[in-house]
Amino acid sequence: MATSTTAPDADQREPRAGSPARGPARRPRGPRRSLLPYLLLAPAVVLELAIHVIPMVVGVWMSLLELTQFHIRNWSTAPFIGLENYRATLDLNSAAGKELLHSFWVTLAYSLLSVGFAWLLGISAAVVLQRPFRGRAILRALFLTPYALPVYAAVITWSFLLQRDTGLVNHVLVDQLGLMNDRPFWLIGDNSFWSLLVVSVWRNWPFAFLCLMAGLQNVPGELYEAAAIDGAGFWRRLRSVTLPMLRPVNLVLLLVLFLWTFNDFNTPFVLFGGSAPEQADLISIHIYRSSFKTWDFGSGSAMSVALLLFLLVVSAAYLLITNRRRDDHA
Amino acid sequence: MRETAGERWGRRIVLTLLALFVVIPLYVMVTSAAKPLQDVQNGFTWWPSRPTLQPFIDMWSTVPLARYLVNSLVVSSIAAICSVAVAIFAAFAVSRYRFRGRGVFSVTVLSTQMFPGILFLLPLFLIYVNLGNATGIELYASRTGLIITYLTFSLPFSIWMLVGYFDSIPRGLDEAAQVDGAGPLRTLFQVILPAAVPGVVAVTVYAFMTAWGEVLFASVMTDEGSRTLAVGLQGYSTQFNVYWNQIMAASLVVSVPVVVGFLALQRYFVAGLTAGAVK
Repeated sequence: MATSTTAPDADQREPRAGSPARGPARRPRGPRRSLLPYLLLAPAVVLELAIHVIPMVVGVWMSLLELTQFHIRNWSTAPFIGLENYRATLDLNSAAGKELLHSFWVTLAYSLLSVGFAWLLGISAAVVLQRPFRGRAILRALFLTPYALPVYAAVITWSFLLQRDTGLVNHVLVDQLGLMNDRPFWLIGDNSFWSLLVVSVWRNWPFAFLCLMAGLQNVPGELYEAAAIDGAGFWRRLRSVTLPMLRPVNLVLLLVLFLWTFNDFNTPFVLFGGSAPEQADLISIHIYRSSFKTWDFGSGSAMSVALLLFLLVVSAAYLLITNRRRDDHA
Repeated sequence: MRETAGERWGRRIVLTLLALFVVIPLYVMVTSAAKPLQDVQNGFTWWPSRPTLQPFIDMWSTVPLARYLVNSLVVSSIAAICSVAVAIFAAFAVSRYRFRGRGVFSVTVLSTQMFPGILFLLPLFLIYVNLGNATGIELYASRTGLIITYLTFSLPFSIWMLVGYFDSIPRGLDEAAQVDGAGPLRTLFQVILPAAVPGVVAVTVYAFMTAWGEVLFASVMTDEGSRTLAVGLQGYSTQFNVYWNQIMAASLVVSVPVVVGFLALQRYFVAGLTAGAVK
């Protein structure tokens, strides 16, 4: 590969060209040079293999076993049952299948709403903070704080706010504003879904804000000047300059936020103390609880693999559609 | 370009609403940490009836908070340092060499970041437990197991951010060092790393925050001895009492270090995100 001396790669492969011959020069260097990047990567690759790739393969294998509580201690004795776990858990006529489907719809609604609101708040803050003014740095730091807080500290605080008898929310709504006669429960029943959504938006919107703020820094100021000279008002500039320029950031941001919220475990786990109400039974919590309640890791793995496949298909479709649209415009 | 009156008022309204949304929970956390117990048991009060620092003292004895804190500190610090060390070498290879498998590596590593944590949880749990039974290497319910797990969690994003940083350092610097006779590793340590210090610090803080805030694996992979704050903080609610004032005090104490670190370094995160996203 390193035949031309003008290619940037070649320069790196002959770093000692100008140095006097010392120890390393006597050894054959060619193979070592090409090995070096692999040696540098080795620790990262080993860790990724051990913690991500191998467990994933093991997970797929587990989903094909009858890995119930009798076989957990010594899983080599678990019988191979093929796709039986998938058939049982994804059978929409069974009770388990219905619960899983319900959990899926709840998670989908939760993710779409959470991502939508997080993006809306993020773009609002990024746009209004684009122009320098007094106090901008303080507001920026304040807006990033929910993202910097450890998730459990943030969510525990919210669960205090949402307590029926001692929480701020009911105090304001019922005692101070008198909007309701009896104190609603926010962490059980139908309200729990909306509580979960608000907490999740509170936690996630700063990430959208951070990315969009970074994206806006790459928009040249002259574009706005030109648009203003052409008589474009605020909304026109937003639609014709800001949003098109943010498109690459948005494409990645929306997908990443969607995957994160769809897989969200922490928020419901801390908010509801491990037992999410049916209305807020996100898929990760659902798999977690059904796996550790019955110790049936086989069907738990089957559900996890199905979840992964679903997310892969969604991501691939998303990337395909957004790429095709870009080609159309080109 | 002048701002119209409408835009100015629009900006003020948006900023006020957002600031209220963000501040109210933070306000409740801070003020409730200074409330006597009866203030958090009988209805809500905006201000402590009698401001006190007692919750900050009591919180250490209600649950073994000191042990959780030490566990979290040990696990998060070691995981962060190891993660950054591993990421530095990997990012150097990706940024400065063209080799077979470079693209595959980058894509694989980044995509694991997107996979559901629950997918890894059950197999890792089984692997750790069975490895312990078979070889005596205690990974389950040990801090070592957590460290290895967490350091891998922050690895993909750390590598990605560092590649962005390293790419922004002119190759002319490398070449100058090489002309002076420096090998690849000396180039890395004496030329590239000194120029990338802000990025390395930002990535370290990110890796620390990842480990400090992780809940899912902490709830399954720890026992009473290795429990971290993520799980331990839920111990303040007993059958008879929920010590909300102590919970808020403890939440405040465990939040302040990471929030301060993050905010102090936020512009480097923005720079890292931009650098990584440009490619």
